[in-house]
Amino acid sequence: MEASIYNKKRRWQDVICYGLIYLAAGLVVVLLVGMLGYVFGNGLSVIDLGFLTKVRSTLKGTDGVAGNILNTIYLVVLTLLIATPLGVGGAIYLNEYAKPGRLVRMIEFTTETLSGIPSIIFGMFGMEFFGRALGLGYSIVNGVLTMTLMILPLITRNTQEALKTVPDSYRHGAIGMGAGRWYMIRTILLPSALPGILTGVILAIGRIVGESAALLFTAGSGYFLPKTAAGYWEKLGQSGGTLSVELYLRMSKGEYTMAFGIAATLLFIVVVINLLTKLIVKKLRRE
Amino acid sequence: MIKQEMSLSKKQKGKAIVESVAKYIFTICAIASIIAVFSITFYMIQKGTPALFEVGIKEILFHTVWEPASKTEPQYGILYIILTSIVGTAMAILIGVPIGVLAAIFLSEVASDKVAALVKPVVELLAGIPSVVYGLLGIMILNPLIYQLEQKIYADSTTHQFTGGKNLLAGVLVLAIMILPTVINMTESSLRAVPVQLRAASYALGASKIQTIFHVVLPAAKSGVITAIVLGIGRAIGEAMAISFVAGNSVNAPFPFHSVRFLTTALVSEMEYSADTHREVLFTIGLVLFAFIMLINLLIGKLLKKNEKKHG
Amino acid sequence: MLNKMMNKFRKVVAVACVAGLALTGCGNENANSTSTKGTESDTTKKLSGTISLAGSTSMEKLANALQEAFMEENPGVTVEVEYSGSSAGVESLISGSVDIGNSSRALKDSEKESGAVENIVAIDGIAVIVDKNNTVVDLTKDELISIYTGAATNWSELGGADQPIVVVGREAGSGTRGAFEELLGIEDACTYANELSSTGAVMATVAATPGAIGYVSLDVIDDSVIAVALNGVAATVENIKGGSYFLSRPFVMATKGAISEQSELVQAWFGFIQSDAGKSIVEQVGLIVND
Repeated sequence: MEASIYNKKRRWQDVICYGLIYLAAGLVVVLLVGMLGYVFGNGLSVIDLGFLTKVRSTLKGTDGVAGNILNTIYLVVLTLLIATPLGVGGAIYLNEYAKPGRLVRMIEFTTETLSGIPSIIFGMFGMEFFGRALGLGYSIVNGVLTMTLMILPLITRNTQEALKTVPDSYRHGAIGMGAGRWYMIRTILLPSALPGILTGVILAIGRIVGESAALLFTAGSGYFLPKTAAGYWEKLGQSGGTLSVELYLRMSKGEYTMAFGIAATLLFIVVVINLLTKLIVKKLRRE
Repeated sequence: MIKQEMSLSKKQKGKAIVESVAKYIFTICAIASIIAVFSITFYMIQKGTPALFEVGIKEILFHTVWEPASKTEPQYGILYIILTSIVGTAMAILIGVPIGVLAAIFLSEVASDKVAALVKPVVELLAGIPSVVYGLLGIMILNPLIYQLEQKIYADSTTHQFTGGKNLLAGVLVLAIMILPTVINMTESSLRAVPVQLRAASYALGASKIQTIFHVVLPAAKSGVITAIVLGIGRAIGEAMAISFVAGNSVNAPFPFHSVRFLTTALVSEMEYSADTHREVLFTIGLVLFAFIMLINLLIGKLLKKNEKKHG
Repeated sequence: MLNKMMNKFRKVVAVACVAGLALTGCGNENANSTSTKGTESDTTKKLSGTISLAGSTSMEKLANALQEAFMEENPGVTVEVEYSGSSAGVESLISGSVDIGNSSRALKDSEKESGAVENIVAIDGIAVIVDKNNTVVDLTKDELISIYTGAATNWSELGGADQPIVVVGREAGSGTRGAFEELLGIEDACTYANELSSTGAVMATVAATPGAIGYVSLDVIDDSVIAVALNGVAATVENIKGGSYFLSRPFVMATKGAISEQSELVQAWFGFIQSDAGKSIVEQVGLIVND
């Protein structure tokens, strides 16, 4: 009777282990909730219309991050414009054209490597290569090119995953009906892989918005809004700090009130991006 | 009839051109990552090596005095900086990995699907928080707490240099938190990949759930956990912005209550300020960091391949 | 290939800029390039182009204010300032990548030999700061030296509370650190607990850390910290002008060659600094006008 599993004694080791497991999971949750609460608690009161629409001015005594928001938008949009076609194209090659071999191994290894390189190294490379060798200096263009390298693996890999989920029968069907490969990719593969590609793109947006080390050395720290229409064009060649870079600079100046405002803005964006990804994945699953 | 045939073949030809152009464009896209990695490697080596010859390999890598701006006799010893990155990363792993693995066990083995569905997004959000924000919280919350601890521990010391809570320990704690999502995600997916039959067999032998988890499931997922650790190392050693304000930034030997400088924070704090040899040595620091990262990447590549083989 | 692409891109940008300027009708006769040299021929027209500055973070407040006011007055001009530290600023000037190098210390001989010319735009004091609860509000020069060289580690040794001293300073390459160590004669002899990379960070750290001591430029002092008196002399503008407060240094906007050799745009910049409007800005940000 004693040996019956029905009244097995609880082992004290088990109790301790359960305790540790719950503790670890609880800690993770508490950490996040605490961090969000602390940042929003200190930061939300800083955010108002002036914060979002004005720029820092010693003379007028105003302070805000409008210029940084604009810079962030520039970087996100332009980087995606370059990196998305490049990443999706690379994934299509790997999945649809390439035959297993040295080249594919090489591409996969370098993609893996690229995603493992820390952002500070990208920053140094961007500063030296795009900034000095190509003469771009501290500019939005430099930041865009550097960020393109950084998010390329993210988009390539997400697209690859999405392409893998498209059943082979689709491909065989299309090819068998006389469609060319490119035609098949364009009309069948890409539409069915779209949610996956979109997930990659949204994750990339999160990465760009949160990046600071790579951008500090490449896109610089400018914070003005263009004054003329031409200024929006010229901006590409001028330095521009994103929200994250501005947060770093405010921290380094000890301006913690503004820092919390920017941090709250950033976390808000991060939460929205997470929700968006969730929605897309959900949609993907349903289909 | 003939006309139609001709047009068809013409169309075929146009189509063939489009097809081959498309193929070439895709190939070029795919090669972009190779070009990127090679040019980064090339640049890091090209920029990082001159100082090694100018100042001397021994003088840079094995000396501990960092006085790059000295007018009389600049010294460029980065041994303490390298050691700080190694020790700091190791400590962060020691703290972060157990927590991460236990949390992953919670997600995959202990929690009900409903609870897991609530906790999982927490981990994802944690991964999405920009590293500067971690740094901000480190300054505001961690540093004052650690300073109180420091004052208690060294209350009677006359030789300890007080850091105001900005020291290695603070940096390590921030890093430990930052690697959590990486460790949790990788470990969880490798735990989930362990076949149900193994668990069932263990239960059938009368093992408790905890015994099954720690004696059957975790060993079966060992290579996944190791990959998670290596990924965590890569994340920790490469992190810059989060720790640049919390660790004090003076060059000292890596002890918990010393103000220290990491490889990454050395770059952040002086890159823009530097000139001449100083700048070249900073690129050498970058090269050392890059070498560590490449080593870790090769290791990850090997591990992932091993995992794939194992799980078919 | 990338190079070619970039050239093309830059051409496109340049064309777009010119087109944009023509559209907005700045009344500018010569189609300007983005370089400052492009405006040399025209003397009476409105200024346009870009002035680039780089250097000292201590001079940020001054440079930002001047930048803003100058751009307000000359809408066609873009002034770009990067805060990279004094040494790096002068280095960029010498290498020709910026028009003006900001330095919060006197130029070194080696820098002058490379063609940099020292233009002092203001005088700044270096204030030694401690946290608000510190009872030590007056230090002698020797006491200050003993703190920064690590000889004194507790405030009780200096007549204060039994509290450890947290020695806060700036990183190598900072003009403030260079001037501070040079004025005290303790170059390369300092043992810092925190090496921070900006003036504001020193302020914030000292304000938040009991027992901390740091040095910052006088113009940023606010009531979050105490500026200690040195040898009994308070850190004030009057005492620096009178010469009794010994920690002061020049703010330099260095140019490659004399001001008269610079582009019209850069000359206008210095003209603005020396004008009454410029002087009032210098005073407005808490600095001393260099007469």
